[in-house]
Amino acid sequence: MPLKTIDDFSIQQLHILDENGTVDTDLEPDLGEDELKKLYQAMTLSRMADARMLNLQRQGRLGTIPVNKGQEAAFCAPILALRDTDWFVGSYRELGARLMRGETLKNALLLFNGWEEGSVNENNDRTLPISIVLASQLPQAVGLAYASRYKGEKDTVVLAMFGDGATSEGDFHEALNFAAVLNAPVIFLCQNNQYAISTPLKIQTRSRTIAQKAIAYGIPGVQVDGNDALAVYQAVREAADRARADEGPTLIEAMTFRMLMHTTADDPSRYRSEDEVSAWEAKDPLIRFRKYLTDKGIWDEKSQDRLEADCKQQIDDAVKAFESQAPFAPDAPFDHVFGTRSDLIESQRAHFKARLEKEGAHDQN
Amino acid sequence: MTKINMVTALNNTLHDIMSSDDTVVVMGEDVGVNGGVFRVTDGLFEKFGRKRVMDTPIAESAILGTAIGMAMAGLKPVVEMQFSGFSYLMMHQLEGNASRMRTRSRGRFTVPLVVRMPYGGGVRALEHHSESKEVYWAHTAGVKVVIPSSPANAGVLLKAAIEDPDPVVFMEPKRSYRSFKEAVDPAAADFEIGKAHVVKQGKDITIISWGAMMRDTFKAVEAVKSETKIEPEIIDLLTISPMDAETIVASVKKTGRCVVVQEAQQSFGPASEIIALINDQALMYLEAPVRRVTMYDVVMPLFAREQLYLPSVSDISRAIVDTVNF
Repeated sequence: MPLKTIDDFSIQQLHILDENGTVDTDLEPDLGEDELKKLYQAMTLSRMADARMLNLQRQGRLGTIPVNKGQEAAFCAPILALRDTDWFVGSYRELGARLMRGETLKNALLLFNGWEEGSVNENNDRTLPISIVLASQLPQAVGLAYASRYKGEKDTVVLAMFGDGATSEGDFHEALNFAAVLNAPVIFLCQNNQYAISTPLKIQTRSRTIAQKAIAYGIPGVQVDGNDALAVYQAVREAADRARADEGPTLIEAMTFRMLMHTTADDPSRYRSEDEVSAWEAKDPLIRFRKYLTDKGIWDEKSQDRLEADCKQQIDDAVKAFESQAPFAPDAPFDHVFGTRSDLIESQRAHFKARLEKEGAHDQN
Repeated sequence: MTKINMVTALNNTLHDIMSSDDTVVVMGEDVGVNGGVFRVTDGLFEKFGRKRVMDTPIAESAILGTAIGMAMAGLKPVVEMQFSGFSYLMMHQLEGNASRMRTRSRGRFTVPLVVRMPYGGGVRALEHHSESKEVYWAHTAGVKVVIPSSPANAGVLLKAAIEDPDPVVFMEPKRSYRSFKEAVDPAAADFEIGKAHVVKQGKDITIISWGAMMRDTFKAVEAVKSETKIEPEIIDLLTISPMDAETIVASVKKTGRCVVVQEAQQSFGPASEIIALINDQALMYLEAPVRRVTMYDVVMPLFAREQLYLPSVSDISRAIVDTVNF
């Protein structure tokens, strides 16, 4: 008997705003002036804060940090499509997204200076802390989504972010499958920045796209230009609309590029060329978005200067608040080991405090 | 002899053994082109090519599962877990398969592989990059757990681990990677798997430690020397499992006193096992209770506070003095 095609697939790629800032007006999302400006401000703040953090790290005023430059559209635009009551479940390279969700830059600085206190988002209780073990946050996103429906929240959705490297982990595949079979309202957003530390995408997967991995799980998958904030927003918006209407999860692959090192402990010159990096400079998400706003007549040099001055002020204030923060209680790590009192933990806390008292300033060997 | 650091010692061993034994292959995340995030596998990719030095997708379970298959078919995989904090994704392959295949197949299939992983605190790292969880692996029958402490023993023990017929979890104390250099004899006979090393003979007290805590133990012994005039015997455990009961028991029978220094959190760690061993075989020789100096039973604090929580030189000194004066 001849072979019979029983199903057929294709993967689509969404571009709205090209590298020159030219917009495809047929696809242009319906965003007001305030929202567009808010997005551009968020991306700019992220870019400038990231640069300052790198600077602080190089001066020894901050510990190891992941670096975000180049991915601002891919992680900021999705947040614009979220409500405060939706969940955001991120990885660790989406600074601007976290700031948009209400996290303070001061807390981000504290966290990367080794204080657990900094991993708290004081302004939004539906944002999970940074997740470092790749893809491990994705099944959790499915659980959050399931629970929101279980509790009768009719239109809550969960946005989960991760990188291209994370798509090799079992947790990624298991989460997609769970979300699909549970019809959970999750938007899986892959920041495909082309490198997992030194490992390029072609070693990570033989799939032509990450978006197509959705097909295996029976859910929609789409690739977008991740440096095109409008395309990212539109794709997330559509996925969120579907999820709110109980039409299940979506996988979105945002094609972007990590312009700098994986973290400040990494040396990218060992594994990629300057040419490869500079080819992406022309695709910068901020440049084209600014051009778009300018062409719309809602942005000019003056607004740019004002924005940069304002971001600088916010960053200066945050750095100042961070550096003048009094040290937190030394015994705080005992506070949250369990939710119930443990005599063992409390006796260890007493031992710890007695020791500190005896030693005064503890020897830092 | 030129002095080298631990990273170079490990790297030299890998270069040597891969040159002499073509069944040895290296695999892991960023171990090839990048030479490993700590550069332990530096230069191997260039010398031995991608067939023997594999940059893998990020999938710890598949890395170990694949290595188990390779090992059963006659290769000797040396796997790198980039940080011990990412190794738990491969736990079921190690616990459920690597450790049991010899028993399950009545010796017909064996799994001679090595899982290298940097571990431990004190390097101002992010979450999941500072823990000491050797007990997870040590609590698995059929798995050997080795922790070197210096350039001189790291390379020799890695070679022994690769040549060992069973799965070996080889935990590298990353605080000691580059913190000091030593002359290294690659053929040193002092170090073998299953044997603790008596670093310094003494008669008054036995001090047992492993990994990065060895350096702090030496400093503590120096610090109390003038005060107490004691002659401590210092044991570097080197193999966590199977533990060298003979060396520990013989030493404690001689000294009658013992302090165990463990970087890991207090409860259920190797220190507990050492104390149980002494209880079983040398209790009547003790002049004082065995003390342990450990981290607390808290989630490993981030680096702003980690030094307050890790055992310090003064903690160790105090435990030695208290035990001697008991």
